[in-house]
Amino acid sequence: MSSPRTFALVGNPNTGKTTLFNALTGLRQKVANYPGVTVEKKTGIGRNRHGEEFTVIDLPGAYSLEAKSPDEEVTRAVLHGERADTPKPDAVLCLVDASNLERHLYLATQVMELDLPVIVVVNKTDTAEELGITVATKKLEERLGVPVVPMQAHARVGMEALQVALSAEPAKANWKPVEGDTAARYAAIGKLLEGAVAHSEDERITPSDKWDRVLVHPVFGWLILFGILGGLFFTLFSLAGYPMDLIDGAFGWLGEQVEARMAEGDLRALITEGIIGGVGGVVIFLPQILILFFFIGLMENTGYLARVSFMMDRLMAGVGLNGKAFVPLLSSYACAIPGIMATRTMESARDRLITTLIAPITSCSARLPVYVMLIALMLPAGTAGQKALVMLGLYVLSILGVYAFAYVFNRAFKQTDKTLLVLELPSYQRPSWREVGMEMFDRGKIFLRRAGTVILGLSIVLWALTTYPKDPKIEKQLADAEAVLEEQQQLLDSKSTEQNQREEAGNVVEAKTKGIQKLTRKQLAHSAAGKLGHAIEPMIEPLGYDWRMGIGLVASFAAREVFVSTMSIVYLGEEAEEDSVRERMAAQKRDDGTGKPAYDVRTCLSLLVFYVFAMQCLSTVAVTRRETNSWRWAILQVVYLTGFAYLAALATYQLSGFFV
Amino acid sequence: MSDLHHIGQLSEGESAELGSVELPEAAAERLAEMGMLPGASIRMIRRAPLGCPIEFEVGGARLALRRADAAQIFVQ
Repeated sequence: MSSPRTFALVGNPNTGKTTLFNALTGLRQKVANYPGVTVEKKTGIGRNRHGEEFTVIDLPGAYSLEAKSPDEEVTRAVLHGERADTPKPDAVLCLVDASNLERHLYLATQVMELDLPVIVVVNKTDTAEELGITVATKKLEERLGVPVVPMQAHARVGMEALQVALSAEPAKANWKPVEGDTAARYAAIGKLLEGAVAHSEDERITPSDKWDRVLVHPVFGWLILFGILGGLFFTLFSLAGYPMDLIDGAFGWLGEQVEARMAEGDLRALITEGIIGGVGGVVIFLPQILILFFFIGLMENTGYLARVSFMMDRLMAGVGLNGKAFVPLLSSYACAIPGIMATRTMESARDRLITTLIAPITSCSARLPVYVMLIALMLPAGTAGQKALVMLGLYVLSILGVYAFAYVFNRAFKQTDKTLLVLELPSYQRPSWREVGMEMFDRGKIFLRRAGTVILGLSIVLWALTTYPKDPKIEKQLADAEAVLEEQQQLLDSKSTEQNQREEAGNVVEAKTKGIQKLTRKQLAHSAAGKLGHAIEPMIEPLGYDWRMGIGLVASFAAREVFVSTMSIVYLGEEAEEDSVRERMAAQKRDDGTGKPAYDVRTCLSLLVFYVFAMQCLSTVAVTRRETNSWRWAILQVVYLTGFAYLAALATYQLSGFFV
Repeated sequence: MSDLHHIGQLSEGESAELGSVELPEAAAERLAEMGMLPGASIRMIRRAPLGCPIEFEVGGARLALRRADAAQIFVQ
């Protein structure tokens, strides 16, 4: 054969499609999106018994070829050869579940009617046996005239037989197209299965039932769920810190290496601050993303995730979401990026979009340093308890925001049809660590590739905004001051310098360092970001902010935590410890000459509220763009969140004027 | 048994024979494709801890439906 044969893998959701796909292709897979829709396209390469390569396309899970979701539409279109981006497959692997053959054959028989060769794979024969169901695959094989392979994909039982089938010339099934409706198809399937499936009559209690008695128990079920979530968050906030520090350190080291080897100048600053800083700011999220997908992958792999949706559905239904939105939203409390990526477990494109749009309101971990700093400024004499209370208030505000906007979007996006929630609860199964690992690997790769490229570009733009244009006068003064500083520093370091000379040099160094800080502050004020801060001052004044805070807002558009380091440069002219920045900020007076502090309770509250809602995370914008496949939603997200943040902060500042 | 009209009224472990489904067409069709056809047997397994949704067994599969939807699925 000249080009490798292409097999499409087709089946209902929860049939073990991904497991079989992984078993066939190993690590030789590619994950992308189908152009124009937010449906994931997975292809991989396998090898048959003759050593020939074949391609496998893992088509989205579907219940029927009468498509009712974007995912099912992709499956239908690919099988009909209607998608230009995907060649029509040469043959189809129909994966069916042994414990519910009738329903699974519904799709499989529709596929057989497409005039494509098929191989039927009867999966989960072990689970079926627990239910007292045995399938005579040989009988089906005779009736259909195509290979019918019994399998336990997660234990890799049946792979040999499947390989034999894959290596033979594929054949079309001996199946007469069904005329008529759903009931007619079920009747035809019933006839096909006559005498081929044996059900044991006695009632059985499956291991899954035993697990469910505990895991969805009205008391223990919640305890276990909260225990798992507690473990997840503990891991995210404490254990993830170690690899994150390592990454931070590694990028810092890399920056130092470049600084040591390159002459000072714009190019060096671009590389260290723009590129290394920008990429480092993305890669630092990787540990959290991997941990989240480890937990989510494990929950999904074992079948527990469906139970979480089952338990949480009632709480999400009030605002028009369903239980499947729970895990993505919860993940967003660590970081909206994996949260949005986790919306892929939701079938409905509409629900996925709504969840993606509201995910950034959840109080992600990047907000914490900003909150901590502002709360400390707001309550300089406050007790730890009072500060914690404010922090709790911010989390409550974000939960209310999530609910409110879910409600709004649910109203705004008219449903084509009343949504019906059908939540399939698959049998529990032993987790496959290999599969969980592959999922983590995939997600990590997608995150780095997809978010990384956009963020790299945007962080360079942002770096340029805070650097250019330069004032030649300030540049000159800076260069002079640095030259003097270096000279005096050498004097100080030299052993031959006299004591009185040393003192004098020390004084000069101190003065020049201060001068440089002042010039750096001036330079930032002169830069595009500084000018933007000034330009937006009239707009943010009603919120209680001045142009310096404006610079902070502009800079933290890239990432919220940048606020702290930007404030450091704005007020001190250099990167400094948070404590000293805060001290300086607390001493800052208003520009209006009243002598009142710039960071009073009202301004701090207003800033806090702004940071709860504002969309200030380029990584999230990039991921939203990728996951929704359009700039439209990414831009809408930025506009509605930042717009609402503005209004909410305005209301906070103005209304609090009546109380304070 | 005379009070039993729809599957939302089944108690834990109780089985019934499905009748008509009074849901929008696409929803009804999806349920039919999943085996919820008139005459098929359905068994109530359990309610979610908060009372909704409700888990049923249809064919060999476990499906959870919301109470409001279940109330539109009648028994014979």
